Amino acid sequence: MPKDTGIGAATVRREDVRFLTGTGEYTDDITLAKQTYAVFARSTVAHGTIKSIDTSAAEVMPGVLAVFTGEDFAEVGGNPAGWLINSRDGEPMKEPKRPVLAHGKVRHVGDAYAAVIAETVQQARDAVEAIEADIEEFDAIVDMNAALSGSNYVHDEIGTNQCFDWGWIEDNREATDNAIKNAHHVTTLELVNNRLVPNAMEPRASIGSYKASTGEYTLHTTSQNPHLTRLLISAFVLGIPENMLTVIAPDVGGGFGSKIYHYGEEALVLAAAKRLNRPVKWTADRTESFLTDAHGRDHVTKIELALDKDGKFLAFRTDTKANVGAYLSNFSTATPTFLHGTLMAGNYTVPLVYVNVKAVFTNTAPVDAYRGAGRPEATYSIERVIDKAARELGMDPIELRRKNFVKPDQYPFASAAGLEYDAGNYDALMDKMEEVADVAGFAARRAESEKNGKLRGFGVNAYIEACGIAPSNLVGVLGSRVGLYDAATVRVNATGNLSVMVGAHSHGQGHETAFPQVVAEMLGIDPAVIDIVHGDTSKIPFGMGTYGSRSLAVCGSAVVRATEKIINKAKKIAGHMLEASEHDITLADGVFSVSGTDKSVTFGEVALKAYIPHEYPLEDIEPGLEETAFYDPANFTYPSGAYACEVEVDPETGKVTVERMTAVDDFGNVINPMIVTGQVQGGLAQGIGQALLENTSYDENGQLLSASYMDYTMPRADDLPMFAVDHSQGTPCTHNPLGVKGCGEAGAIGSPPTVVNAVIDALQSGGKDVTHIDMPVSPARVWEAMQ
Amino acid sequence: MTKVTMTVNGKTVSGDVEGRTLLASFLRDDQGLTGTHIGCDTSQCGACVVHVDGVAVKSCTMLAAEADGATVDTIEGQANADGSLNVIQQAFQDHHGLQCGFCTPGMVMSAAALLKENPKPSEQEIREYLEGNICRCTGYHNIVKAIMAASGQDVTAIAAE
Amino acid sequence: MYNFDVEKPGTVADAVAAMRTEDAQALGGGQTLIPTLKQRLASPSTLVSLKGVAEMQGITRDGDSLRIGGATTHATVAADGNYAALSALASHIGDPAVRNRGTIGGSLANNDPAACYPAAALASGATIVTTSREIAADDYFQGMFDTALEEGEIITAVNFPIPQAANYQKFVQPASRFALVGVFVAKYADGVRVAVTGASNEGVFRWTEAEAALSANFAASALEGLSVSADNMIADLHGSATYRAHLVKVMTGRAVAAAS
Repeated sequence: MPKDTGIGAATVRREDVRFLTGTGEYTDDITLAKQTYAVFARSTVAHGTIKSIDTSAAEVMPGVLAVFTGEDFAEVGGNPAGWLINSRDGEPMKEPKRPVLAHGKVRHVGDAYAAVIAETVQQARDAVEAIEADIEEFDAIVDMNAALSGSNYVHDEIGTNQCFDWGWIEDNREATDNAIKNAHHVTTLELVNNRLVPNAMEPRASIGSYKASTGEYTLHTTSQNPHLTRLLISAFVLGIPENMLTVIAPDVGGGFGSKIYHYGEEALVLAAAKRLNRPVKWTADRTESFLTDAHGRDHVTKIELALDKDGKFLAFRTDTKANVGAYLSNFSTATPTFLHGTLMAGNYTVPLVYVNVKAVFTNTAPVDAYRGAGRPEATYSIERVIDKAARELGMDPIELRRKNFVKPDQYPFASAAGLEYDAGNYDALMDKMEEVADVAGFAARRAESEKNGKLRGFGVNAYIEACGIAPSNLVGVLGSRVGLYDAATVRVNATGNLSVMVGAHSHGQGHETAFPQVVAEMLGIDPAVIDIVHGDTSKIPFGMGTYGSRSLAVCGSAVVRATEKIINKAKKIAGHMLEASEHDITLADGVFSVSGTDKSVTFGEVALKAYIPHEYPLEDIEPGLEETAFYDPANFTYPSGAYACEVEVDPETGKVTVERMTAVDDFGNVINPMIVTGQVQGGLAQGIGQALLENTSYDENGQLLSASYMDYTMPRADDLPMFAVDHSQGTPCTHNPLGVKGCGEAGAIGSPPTVVNAVIDALQSGGKDVTHIDMPVSPARVWEAMQ
Repeated sequence: MTKVTMTVNGKTVSGDVEGRTLLASFLRDDQGLTGTHIGCDTSQCGACVVHVDGVAVKSCTMLAAEADGATVDTIEGQANADGSLNVIQQAFQDHHGLQCGFCTPGMVMSAAALLKENPKPSEQEIREYLEGNICRCTGYHNIVKAIMAASGQDVTAIAAE
Repeated sequence: MYNFDVEKPGTVADAVAAMRTEDAQALGGGQTLIPTLKQRLASPSTLVSLKGVAEMQGITRDGDSLRIGGATTHATVAADGNYAALSALASHIGDPAVRNRGTIGGSLANNDPAACYPAAALASGATIVTTSREIAADDYFQGMFDTALEEGEIITAVNFPIPQAANYQKFVQPASRFALVGVFVAKYADGVRVAVTGASNEGVFRWTEAEAALSANFAASALEGLSVSADNMIADLHGSATYRAHLVKVMTGRAVAAAS
């Protein structure tokens, strides 16, 4: 095996060639024979009753093949929530039906109530305009407080806008209250974790097709997890037998959470394909994406931190309202609860944590997991209130954090929020951050900025997150309705090359390059002969998909287990070929040898023997060389990090410029450092975007004001600096075979509080008594805070 | 329908288009050149950037009829004659300047236009030139680095792999 | 988009004739018009593309006067340099690909309240030359998206008197990169003109108090004591009326300081 291609090598990505030459194949690039086009009629009001929908004019328009309304799906199932949350009083959460097309009511701007299928997109669009919908508009429910206090409901049948009222850890509630009541000092902060639109650059798209002769359906779709989409469509929505439905997620142009979920458009194109016996394609335009992709975050939180006189943390208590939008998206109930509340102890030895989350229905787009999913919300609350406490107590923010860190000799560490951290070294991360960020040189840089009339601030953060979701037994107890293992099949072909079928889907993460590095290292062969197959349910054993920074930690572990099985079987075959016991066979550099002899066969020779089993002990060993493994993790993994940010603030305009951004992360072992660094850089951009730029704004009528790139500020190249990224301080995960933790979301988790802490520091340095500004910290908000 | 003829990646092509047919649609739907992507409706994201008569334009904000008689270059025509990646494409691969790949064709086409105008751009000049190309994956760090490298500048001092 | 025909006249005369078609609309670079059509917010029968009208292309200087053809792209103006502040302004409209298509005539005809060119035209006292007449900038801009242009009238050129010193300062709306507030300051022998874009519900306007102060003393300090009323300023998710009013003064000061 070439030395620079296995685990730890910064191998360039093989998938890049097709993307760089315009030969990638995204869903909208696919055109099937006799393809037709779907366009949706979407509500322009946030809340209303559908009195009638007259499709007669649309049906006779040129090229129109079919028109669907919610009535057509009244008898089929709804798109379910994947996680059952019980309220503090034991009551299960409210789960109103989420139909394929709105039926009875429309509940947010963009809610689809009809669809036209036509020969061309333009014909379908023309016909949509001819649909006459009589919708009686009601007051929109937008503000969460108003939603909880009023008698105007998003879902009338449940008689409340509260989905659940969750407490974590309920048994700690009284002790936490007492700790806060009796503490030497309590720092309180009210903050908003701003709603974000994920904005994968590829808009969602789906093509449904149907083969009448066999009854088989195929769905090409922009998905992070095609198996889950198949499962939801089969088991809940359309009832298509799972073995009659193939879901293919080809090249997918980014997801960031928004393409985890099953959406109604996918069910519609399948149902329409069957009715017409022709393929039906739908591609979102960007405005549709803004209106209907699951959004992220949108928490309003009050957090209190109790400290003793030495600055030791005694308790965190939070009170959060989490917006779930108009319908429950698949992970929407897990995101503000178990992916959020369980991280509320942070990197700290704090003994008490109590988290209360009320989830609220509103007439806005559904809210679900977006890069980080709950952990950014936890980190932001914790790390902002710690910074405020340091300021109130006159303590150095780095020292205050260090004083409360879990120390290396305390692992495994049972956090006050209910998780067991397996490994970490937060002081080492902080040390490295201080070095990489040149904290010592900050004073000089501040003086230089001040000379230019600018305020300069330094912000710091320490985060921990839980990745590699998740142990199925644990999440089952916590309400998950699925298992969260993953699967892989390693197929050694007769000629010695390999196909590895993985349940994780790659849409930017570089699996096609990184997974072969693992297999090649284990087998001692060239990764170039290993091909990764993903994204097609007909080719892959099973998979729970890509989200929660889980691909390598969970699916990668399945790849390891399957490869171990390959090695075990190959050793048996080699032992037979070499007339030795399999126990005496060793594998090194792609060669099987009998220990202590010069007898050997190559990996390729073993592969050939497996498929041409002449002179083969068929009574002991089956022909073929293909193994499948399912891997269910023993615990979450716990990436952690120390981040630093330096900003300049223009005091005349309020404009904030990120001058330096440093991310020091512990991802455990690293398979491909180039890819890991790229993941962090992308996360940093999204985190800085949340902190400074991205504002999802609904007006009081439920109209989305930021529904295009004209008003929703995407981070652009000139908004960002070069990043300093370091992952040299890894402490390997103790419970998965690769010792990896996951790196996909860290940047987006660690950066928002770091940036805001830096802005507050800058303003304080300019003598402004500003202790908090809500994100996005726009120029206007900074300027207003300074007045 | 009107007939349009243009030279796309060195080849003369023609087709019948409606007045409203966008150049991006003509390339994707009529010519099967699906490397040119459509990521927004407001001429902001730049996934659709191609070169028309040698300069970068957003093909989703230009009518196919307006490109009649023009020379159009797309991502599919960028590789070297032997099929190997050209210097910009190769730099994007070497420096991990792409992740999901969706914005990449536009990024490469914008980078090519930049280097034609400015063979040795500074980091700031690159960042400003990419104002009309949105990437959600990379945070731009490696895109900027790749373009600097493609212009022959030493990027070893720029942090990270 | 609704469908439409595309006409591509080669001369101004042919363009004028094509514009007589019912519901015809002129197409400059299309960088605003095409996105608008995509949203089906307009349904012209015919788009008259002005790109091929040779008379409307290019820049010519005559002494201290600069004539810019109506179909001249932002990129061409940016590269010109005869009127440095105007070239600098053009070099920051949109992005490079937009600048390769968008035209000065298209921008002025649209008169977006946050566009850059209207500030330059108004501050420079430019003359808008159309297919039927010449219109002074002071008479041309009539409020948000509203101009003195009549039905079928096309901007064929814009004449800019080149000032002694000028500068444009744009504080960008971070999403669209249009001006949240843009201020163009131009100093001529007979006085200083200050035009503000992005800020007002009325569209581009002249800040006459600043003009008077700067005409007496062309220094940022001359603005001390002046203030801009927030009445009728735009308020949106990017900034309040008060904030915009504040920025007008800040940007004006910066433009004066940077004017050359």
